[in-house]
Amino acid sequence: MPESSDLVQGTLEMLVLKTLALDPMHGYGIALRLEQVSDGVFRINPGSLLPALSRLERAGRIKAEWRATENNRRARYYQLTNRGRKALAEERAQWDRQISAITRILEA
Amino acid sequence: MFKSLVTGLRALFRRERRNADIQSELDCFLQASIDDKLRRGLSSDQAVSAARAEIGSAETVRIKVWSAGWESAADALLQDLRFAVRQLRKNPGFAATAILVLTLGIGAAVTIFSFVDAALIQPLPYAQPSRLAIVYESNTLGPHFHLSYLDWLDYQRRNTVFTSLEAFANYGFMLATPDGPQPVHGTRVTAGFFRTLGVSPVLGRDFRPDDDQPAAPFVALISYSAWLHRFGGGRNIIGQTVTLSGNVTSIIGVLPPSFHFAPAEPSEFWGTERPDGGCEKVRGCHNLIGLARLRPGVGFAAALADAQRIGLQLAQQYPGDDHGRGATMDPLVDAILGSIRPLLLMLLAGAALLLLIAAINVSSLLLVRTERRRREMAVRGALGASSSRLVSQFLTEGIALAVFAGALGLGFAFLLIRLVLGLIPKDFLDTMPYVRAVGLNAHVLAFTALVTLIAAIIFSLLPALRVSHADLRDGLQEVSRGASGTVWRRFGSNLVIAELAIAMILLVGAGLLGKSFYRLLHVDTGLNADGLATLDVSGTIKTGTEPEWISFERRIHAELGALPGVASVSITEQAPLGDGDGSSNFVIVGRPPVDHNEVIIRDVSAGYFSTLQARLVRGRFFADDEDQSRQRVVVINQQLAKLYFPGEDPVGQQIAMEDGDQKSPMLVIGVVDTIQEGQPDAAPQAAMYRPRNQNPSPPNDGFTVVLRTGQSESSVLSEAASAIHAANPTLAVSDPGTMLQKLYDSPSATLHRASAWMVGSFAALALLLSVVGLYGVVAYSVSLRTREIGVRMALGAQRSTVYRMILREAGGLAMVGIVLGLAGSLAATTLLGKLLFQVRAWDVTTLAAVSIVLAIAALVASFLPARRAASVDPTEALHAE
Repeated sequence: MPESSDLVQGTLEMLVLKTLALDPMHGYGIALRLEQVSDGVFRINPGSLLPALSRLERAGRIKAEWRATENNRRARYYQLTNRGRKALAEERAQWDRQISAITRILEA
Repeated sequence: MFKSLVTGLRALFRRERRNADIQSELDCFLQASIDDKLRRGLSSDQAVSAARAEIGSAETVRIKVWSAGWESAADALLQDLRFAVRQLRKNPGFAATAILVLTLGIGAAVTIFSFVDAALIQPLPYAQPSRLAIVYESNTLGPHFHLSYLDWLDYQRRNTVFTSLEAFANYGFMLATPDGPQPVHGTRVTAGFFRTLGVSPVLGRDFRPDDDQPAAPFVALISYSAWLHRFGGGRNIIGQTVTLSGNVTSIIGVLPPSFHFAPAEPSEFWGTERPDGGCEKVRGCHNLIGLARLRPGVGFAAALADAQRIGLQLAQQYPGDDHGRGATMDPLVDAILGSIRPLLLMLLAGAALLLLIAAINVSSLLLVRTERRRREMAVRGALGASSSRLVSQFLTEGIALAVFAGALGLGFAFLLIRLVLGLIPKDFLDTMPYVRAVGLNAHVLAFTALVTLIAAIIFSLLPALRVSHADLRDGLQEVSRGASGTVWRRFGSNLVIAELAIAMILLVGAGLLGKSFYRLLHVDTGLNADGLATLDVSGTIKTGTEPEWISFERRIHAELGALPGVASVSITEQAPLGDGDGSSNFVIVGRPPVDHNEVIIRDVSAGYFSTLQARLVRGRFFADDEDQSRQRVVVINQQLAKLYFPGEDPVGQQIAMEDGDQKSPMLVIGVVDTIQEGQPDAAPQAAMYRPRNQNPSPPNDGFTVVLRTGQSESSVLSEAASAIHAANPTLAVSDPGTMLQKLYDSPSATLHRASAWMVGSFAALALLLSVVGLYGVVAYSVSLRTREIGVRMALGAQRSTVYRMILREAGGLAMVGIVLGLAGSLAATTLLGKLLFQVRAWDVTTLAAVSIVLAIAALVASFLPARRAASVDPTEALHAE
C-alpha cells in the first residue's frame, strides 16, 4: 500500500480533484472511489486524505457543505469549484507532459 | 491568500471548534467506512475494528490536518510565547530586573530621540527651508548684528543672488487694552516676508506688496495661538481692528498652526516694517535682520560672497555709518538650531550609550540564565526537540522581553517628555518653537520599534549562539559545568569591561558639563546679583520735553527709593545679562578713527554703578548733578580701556560718538570693571556708560529700573510696578524679575543646566547598571568557583588570600574598564567642546575624580561576593559537588 503523502503530495490532490470532477462526494466516498478505480493500488487513509482536503479547501479549489448521505447520516460533501476545475486541467496537462517525458526517457 | 489568512486566524482563535470539526469529519469517515464494510458482509464487530484499524490514531489525523495550514507554525510560536512568559514569570527577579533596566534605557533613548526628531528631523514649516538664509551685519563686536533700513534697501537692490530679500524687526508692540497699554510679543516684517518663507495664512490674506509703504493703512497678521487664545478663534476676526503701539491696525489674516519662526518668536502680532519711523531714515540706526531666499542654482558660499561684496561697497560709500561693518549670513536652519544641535546630538549619543549598557546588562543576565538552563536544554534535546525548536524558544523569550520593555519604555518616554518640557523655562521654550512638535509621532514610534527589534535580536541570538548543537550533549555531563563556566566568565567579563568603560565616558561627560554649569553660574559678571531686581517699563505716547523727562526719572527714583526694603534705585536703557545688543561707533578725540570702533553703549542714571555694586578701577562714577549744563562725561569699562587705550590712562581723554550725533565730546571720568552685558558665557565686550541726565530720552522709549533690595524681591517688585503706573498711567510695566533668576534662567545657563542634568542622570544610571553588572559577574564567578575555593582552603589557603584573589579579579576588570573609559572619554569629549564653558575637554581633576568614583564603586560591588567566597566552608563546598 503506497503511503500517498510521501508518494507525491500534489498527485493525491490531483486525484481528489479528478474524483470530484464527476460528482460531489464525502471523504470516505473519495477514498473508496480512488481505491476501486485504481484496483486497490491506492488505499488512502484519512490521515492523508483529510489534510489534502483541508489544503484544497484552503486554496479555494473545492468547497464543502454538510449534507445527508444515502444512509441518512450527516457527512461533509466536497464539490469542485471553478478554480478547482481550472487547476485540475492545468495539473493534468502537466502530468501528461511529465509522464510522456519519463516514458520517452525510459524507452530511449 | 486572504481566505487562507481568515480561515487560519479563525482556526487559531477557535481551536476547539476547529478540533471539533476535524473530529466530526473523522467520525463521518469512520461511520461511512463501517457502513461500507457491513454492506460487504462483515459482522458489525469486524467492520468496526477494521475501519478503526484503517483510520489509525485520530490524534495523528488531527495533527496532520492542523499542520496542513500555516496556523500550525503560529500555534507553535504561541506555545513558545506562553512558555516564555511562564519562564519569565517563574523567575520574577530576573524578569523584573531585565525589563526595568531595558525600560529605563529605551525610555531615555526614545525621549531624547523625540526631541531630536522635532528639532532636526521634522522639516521646518517653510517651502524648501534649505534655500533660506538669515542676513546680518557684522561689526567689531561680532558677526550677528542688525541691518539698518537703508542698508537693507541697498542689499535688496544690488544683490544678484536672492530671489527675494525681506527684513524683520523682532521687537514687540504696545497693545491698547481697557486696562491700559500692555506690551505684547510681535514682529514687524516687510511685505514679502511670508511669501519668501512660502507660508500662506490659514484665514484671510497675506500682506500685499504695498502694505509696508508709509501711505498704506496699518494691517497685521496674527499667530494661530493668538487667534485662539486672545481673540477666541472666531472666523469674524478678519477686519477687526486693534491698536498696536498707537496705530489702529486691521487684522487681515491668521497664520497656520504649524508656523513658527524661531528668530522672532514668541510673536503674536506680525505687523509691517515701514520707512516712516525715525530710525528707518538713518543709515546708522540698525534695527532689522534680513531674510533671504537664494536664487535657484546659487550656492550658499556664492550668495555670501555677493552679500559681502555689497557690504564692502556700503562700508566705503558710507564710512560715517557703515565703517567696520560687513555682511554675514547663516542658513536659516542654523540660525534656528545652531545652539541646540550639538547639545541634542550629545544627548542622543549619551542615551545611546546608556541603552547600550542596559542591553549589555540584560544580555549578561540572559547568559547567566542560559548557563543555568543548559541541563534543561540538554534534556529537551535528548527527548527529541530539534535544535531549531530549542533556538526558537530562546528567540521567543528574547523577543517577548524586548517587546515588553519596548512598550513600557514608550510609556516611560511619554512621561519623561512631559517632565522635560515642564522643566524648560517658558521664555527659553519660546526660542525653540519647534519643540512644540515633540511627542510620540510616527517617527518616534518607528524609532522605538527599531530599538526594540535590535534589542530582541541581541537577546535572542546571544543565548541561542551559546547553545549550539555540540554543547547540548555536553550539557548532560556534570563535568562540563566548570568548562562552560570559564567560557562564560571570559565573555561576561568583556561585557562588564565595556559597561565600565561606557559608564566612565558618561560620568566624564556629566562631570565636565556640571563643572561648566557651575563656572557659568559663578562667572564674574562685574556686579553683585544678590538682592538685585529689574523691571522693564515701556509706553506708546511721547509726551513732554527733555527737562520733563529728567524730572520724571528723578520722581521715579525718589518714589521707588522710598519703598520699604529698597536700598537703592537706578535706571538704565537695558539691564546687564541681556542679549548684548545696542551698540554705536565712537572716536577718540584727537586721533584718527580706528577700525572696529563699535562698542556697547548704555545711558544710565547716576547711581547705576553703586546699585549694581560694580567695581571702580580708576577715576570716579557719575554725580547726580551732571546734567546738560555741565561738561559731558562718560564711564568706560575695563575691556574698552584695554582695547583702545592700551598702556595709557584713559581717564582725562575725550571721546565722541561717530554716528551723526555731533554733540560735544565726552570726558572719560572713570573706568569700571567690565559688567557682563551679554549672556553669561559671552566674551567680555567693550562698553561705555553715559549719564541719562546728559542724554535724556522720553519715558515711552522704554527703560529698565534696577533695584537693590534688602528683603524679598517679589513684594518690592509689585509695589514698584504700581508706583510707576501711578506716576504715569500710559506706561506699561513688564518682566519683573531678579538678577539671579536672569542669570539662572538665561538661555545659556538653561542649556548648560539641561545638558548637565540629563547627562548626569544618564551617567548615574550607567554607573548603577555597570556596578550591578560587575557585581553579577563577580558573584557568578564566585558561585562557579565554590568548589575550587573549597579545595584551596582545604589545602591551607587563608581567608585573606581568597579575598585578595576575588578582589584582584574584580579590580583587574575595573582597571581595564577605567583605562578604556579614559581613552573613550578623550574621543567623546571632543564632541562636548562647543558646550563647555571655561572647562577644557581634557580636564584632569574631572578625569581623576571620575576614575576614583568608579574604582570605589567597583570595590564595593566586588566586596560582597568576595566576602561570600571567603566565608566558604571547605567541607561543605567539597560535599556539595
